[in-house]
Amino acid sequence: MNPRGDFEQIARMVPAGAHVLDLGCGDGSLLALLRETRGCTGYGIELDDAKVEACVARGVNVIQRNLDEGLSLFQDNAFDVVLQLETLQHLRRTELMLQETVRVGRIGIVSFPNFAHWPNRLRVLAGRMPVTRALPYQWYDTPNIRVGTFAEFEILARQQGLRLREAFGLDGGRRIDWRPNLRAPTAVFSFERG
Amino acid sequence: MDFPSSVGEVTPRTLRLDSPLLLRSGASLAPVDLVYETYGTLSPARDNAVLVCHALNASHHAAGTHAGVARSNGWWDNLIGPGKPLDTRRFFVICMNNPGSCFGSTGPTHPNPATGQPWGADFPVVQVEDWVDAQARLLDALGIDTLAAVIGGSLGGMQALAWTVQYPERVRHAAVIASAPALSAQNIAFNEVARRAIVTDPDFYEGHYLSHGTVPKRGLRVARMIGHITYLSDDVMASKFGRELRNGHLAYTTQGIEFQVESYLRHQGDKFSEYFDANTYLLITRALDYFDPARAHGGSLRRALAAARAKFLVVSFTTDWRFTPQRSREIVKALLDNRAEVSYAEIDAPHGHDAFLMEDPRYHGVLRQWFDRMARSLSGAKELQA
Repeated sequence: MNPRGDFEQIARMVPAGAHVLDLGCGDGSLLALLRETRGCTGYGIELDDAKVEACVARGVNVIQRNLDEGLSLFQDNAFDVVLQLETLQHLRRTELMLQETVRVGRIGIVSFPNFAHWPNRLRVLAGRMPVTRALPYQWYDTPNIRVGTFAEFEILARQQGLRLREAFGLDGGRRIDWRPNLRAPTAVFSFERG
Repeated sequence: MDFPSSVGEVTPRTLRLDSPLLLRSGASLAPVDLVYETYGTLSPARDNAVLVCHALNASHHAAGTHAGVARSNGWWDNLIGPGKPLDTRRFFVICMNNPGSCFGSTGPTHPNPATGQPWGADFPVVQVEDWVDAQARLLDALGIDTLAAVIGGSLGGMQALAWTVQYPERVRHAAVIASAPALSAQNIAFNEVARRAIVTDPDFYEGHYLSHGTVPKRGLRVARMIGHITYLSDDVMASKFGRELRNGHLAYTTQGIEFQVESYLRHQGDKFSEYFDANTYLLITRALDYFDPARAHGGSLRRALAAARAKFLVVSFTTDWRFTPQRSREIVKALLDNRAEVSYAEIDAPHGHDAFLMEDPRYHGVLRQWFDRMARSLSGAKELQA
């Protein structure tokens, strides 16, 4: 993982001055980066006590909330961009969250571990579960309740009536546009209402 | 991080306002004594003042001790002091006793200038907004134009919220803790039961008990018992008292104290009735009932808070059933809809409403970070020494 490099690739997709909602914003470092380098405003949502405290220390607006409670706090079209980086795999109601994302924001950007990355495929062929930098957990103690692939998200987005704006893979901060389903440990999609 | 310590011995001071304090009810008060304490030092730029607003039964004595008085720690002593989350080495902290109270500021036990007798029941009804005006007058007298922050819990949180819309240009940050944008019907009902307990006490004399040389202690006791039950969570009561019997066996009485929880409630009631004024209890619960900034804006809290310019911190506690997280989230939602700067922490603490006075590490951690960041943004602020 190269969060800083990945962040910068994703920050590039956020228009300057955008009002941003970051779902599962962690310690607020991406929002702080967007504020400092692109003049963005907005809020993060985070459940973890220590991370909420870290956001407050950074002066990043953070709302302590369980994402599985949905986004009822937010009005329609309240945001230019809604970010969901490395959170999708922890959510119980993925479809609802995608619909909520395009309700409260004009553009949604998601990233998640791509289970179809080739080392994972080899591992599964060998009859075992993958343990990699992008998927660092043992099968029995992983916080990820969903595993998905780059290709599967394209199908889900179509089913949900979302219009894809950009789709690519990331590997340690490097953008992967050619065969990302095979070659990228992380999948990134930018989409809007269809 | 230095070891946190106390602000030490403090002496309250009094400001007399000679020009009238105009109240929302149309009445006015003059002269008005405002009793207050301060901790720490006002910076040369006068930009490090933090106003602490007290809740129902507290006073201006928020931190430190009073000389020669045993166990006289201020009500928020765990938060305010050198090295504490609200660090008095960097902030100048002010806490004022609100008019209508019974701890020194002009209130119902003081003489009514018109009669020379104690005000008693004739003391005018005061509202949260009136207290905010009085606090602003105190700041004027102290030469403080703009507050670094205003902070309060419960009814104090309502004052903090009111500050941001009454004097938006005078508040940079506001912490609204365990509070609500307006009481629910259930909350008003609790207040009404407490008021009835006081008013129906034969020693109440329609509020003029002082002229009769009595105190409606029975009513105050019951009022306090009701309050206490609503400030604690079921879980805390279970772990503190459970079904424990005072003497270990059933005594087959209907009126004696048998359960530990009964003993605790009676003790709290007794203590309270020794020092609190009954008319003050009526006035302050009324101020709680009346607070409803959305009312003047067709019920829209969003519009009511539109004038606010402060950066907000809203905090609630999961086990608080008197001021539930849902009520705090209403405040947060209104601020979000206005695109105001706001952070919200929902602390999973077991203590119920009383949690805002306790030293929960997650709660104090958030407040510490919030104040630390604020201190670093002040003019001439020195970086914290690691």
